[in-house]
Amino acid sequence: MNAAPPNGVNTSEARPRTLAEKVWAAHLVKKGEDGTPDLIYIDLHLVHEVTSPQAFDGLRVAGRPVRRPDLTIATEDHNTPTLAIDRPIADPTSRTQIETLRRNAKEFGIRLHSLGDVEQGIVHVVGPQLGLTQPGITVVCGDSHTSTHGAFGAMAFGIGTSEVEHVLATQTLPLKPFKTMAINVEGTLRPGVTAKDIILAVIAKIGTGGGQGYVLEYRGSAIRALSMDGRMTICNMSIEAGARAGMVAPDATTYAYLKGRAHAPAGADWDDAIAYWETLATDEGAEFDAEVFIDADALEPFVTWGTNPGQGVSLSDAVPDPASIADQHERAAAERALEYMDLAPGTPLKDIHVDAVFMGSCTNSRIEDLRAFASVIKGKRKADGVRVMVVPGSARVRLEAEAEGLDKVIEAFGAEWRFAGCSMCLGMNPDQLAPGERCASTSNRNFEGRQGKGGRTHLVSPLVAAATAIRGTLSSPWDLENDGEVR
Amino acid sequence: MEKISTVTGVAVPLRRSNVDTDQIIPAVFLKRVTKTGFDDALFHAWRQDPEFILNDPAYQGARVLIAGPDFGTGSSREHAVWALRDYGFDVVISSRFGDIFRGNSGKQGLLAAQVAYEDVERIWEVVEAEPGIPVTVDLVERTVSVGTLTVPFDIDDYTRWRLLEGLDDIGLTLRDEESIAEFESHREAWRPKTLPIREPAESGSL
Ligand code: SF4
Repeated sequence: MNAAPPNGVNTSEARPRTLAEKVWAAHLVKKGEDGTPDLIYIDLHLVHEVTSPQAFDGLRVAGRPVRRPDLTIATEDHNTPTLAIDRPIADPTSRTQIETLRRNAKEFGIRLHSLGDVEQGIVHVVGPQLGLTQPGITVVCGDSHTSTHGAFGAMAFGIGTSEVEHVLATQTLPLKPFKTMAINVEGTLRPGVTAKDIILAVIAKIGTGGGQGYVLEYRGSAIRALSMDGRMTICNMSIEAGARAGMVAPDATTYAYLKGRAHAPAGADWDDAIAYWETLATDEGAEFDAEVFIDADALEPFVTWGTNPGQGVSLSDAVPDPASIADQHERAAAERALEYMDLAPGTPLKDIHVDAVFMGSCTNSRIEDLRAFASVIKGKRKADGVRVMVVPGSARVRLEAEAEGLDKVIEAFGAEWRFAGCSMCLGMNPDQLAPGERCASTSNRNFEGRQGKGGRTHLVSPLVAAATAIRGTLSSPWDLENDGEVR
Repeated sequence: MEKISTVTGVAVPLRRSNVDTDQIIPAVFLKRVTKTGFDDALFHAWRQDPEFILNDPAYQGARVLIAGPDFGTGSSREHAVWALRDYGFDVVISSRFGDIFRGNSGKQGLLAAQVAYEDVERIWEVVEAEPGIPVTVDLVERTVSVGTLTVPFDIDDYTRWRLLEGLDDIGLTLRDEESIAEFESHREAWRPKTLPIREPAESGSL
């Protein structure tokens, strides 16, 4: 039952340490000297079709094998169509990327979940769903939203294609230690306020560059009260605050989620794993390099008005006036954003009409997200002229939702029920906004043109997405309650 | 990877902050499966505008890009670096870079020189007063010079050494192959493996 101290853990060390420091220490292959980085072992490498072709190409050119195919897994997600998935992919470049991944997986002996497979889906939904994402491990992927996996107490971060090649070849990465920042979220969320609103508020508070160089550790009673799906939503968007990673210490919620999943430890391994996982939480008295406090009781449904995820306010507010922003760069960015978004300062956010609602992406496409969305729209019809797309994060989530009848609720509402993938989160497949179209989106990026050239994105929670789809204007479930009252 | 010590060439003043990687190279170009041929993709949306600075004949053949703060934020796409390299840039100057972008740059032989914001302003002014004036970036001395102006830049020692030596990452790490194998020999049985493929337990939530 007693877990041996993992690699690199010095049990005699007295200094209190953070979760991030512990995971780092347990993966140290070689300590860097004279300013060289540490060499860190990677437990899990997730691969998808967009950032891997050149990495495999590099291996081939250098005649190098994949060192640990058994720690590597690939899925198709960014380019995959969400309709007619049994037909050949129409777009030739999308098809090429996917075919290239299939060839590479075969050549290098990598497990791949292709379109049509029950485990296919967004890479950040698939890892946790298979039980591969576990506390205390290191996870990388050529995708910035790898931070999602930190919800389990893993150290998980996005890497570039040359690092993908590096991990394929060596199962390690040379890295400099990150600084640590505690994000303390204390209190209780009001009904209608979700994990998405917490993270949008965090980013609005610290800015899109505020987390740079840091691993964020989300702590406090409001975080502990969240489900794993909610924690993943929060960690997912850590990168939007500029951070390398986000983490939540594992607890009973984490273990309950993992137990019984295909690749979670089983039998005696499960007990050993838990014994170790229990040691991971940040020690009492450990010091963070920075700290931020958020009052959960005060949070309201949040929405972005601009073109970066830090440009957000409570839904009950108005579009801010750039003239009121002191920092000259932020002011200029706000002016540019309002022009792009075609919004006037002072407009109440609730007066903003949308053309589309996108419910999906690795931020909010898990079963709980779909349940939350469905709970609001159940028995209702979408607003006229609003296109509503619901895209589950994985084929398995889709099946699960259908087993619960959520697809029926969604279709009766007038929304499109699609197959799994990244879809309109970045519009690499045909799911795109037309120029000038405005969308309430549960995804994580409202950058210019992200969801289609000229498209305008407001980031929202699944609950806000649902209420907005009903009313046709940016709305939260609170507004629906008011609608119901006869005045 | 080629060694870099000094770069001298035309510099483009890009007076924009928060230039994220979606602006550097839009997602539609990520579909390619090769490592080269991205020069046309660089700042694709902005280049449709004839007034965009990269379209100014005075700045053709540029090797140095001088950007506002928070350059290269957003998505981890390394294509952003390839596109800059393919276009001909050897150096990007900014007062702050996205972390992943900076990491990617060092590995592709693109020098990401961090210059204090006031100094960026000064360089912009000189370059705008005389478009096409050569700018010299000296990696040995860690300085940027243009006309009579010389300012320092920051780059971490390790990346600097790598750029100076033109060293490939993987080869460097594989010199520690024994340590890696040693580490692997202690890896606990309960840590996850993707192979062999396992099915969920009967009682599992999925
Ligand atoms: S859903 Fe969006 S953010 Fe997530 S991995 Fe896919 S493209 Fe990236």
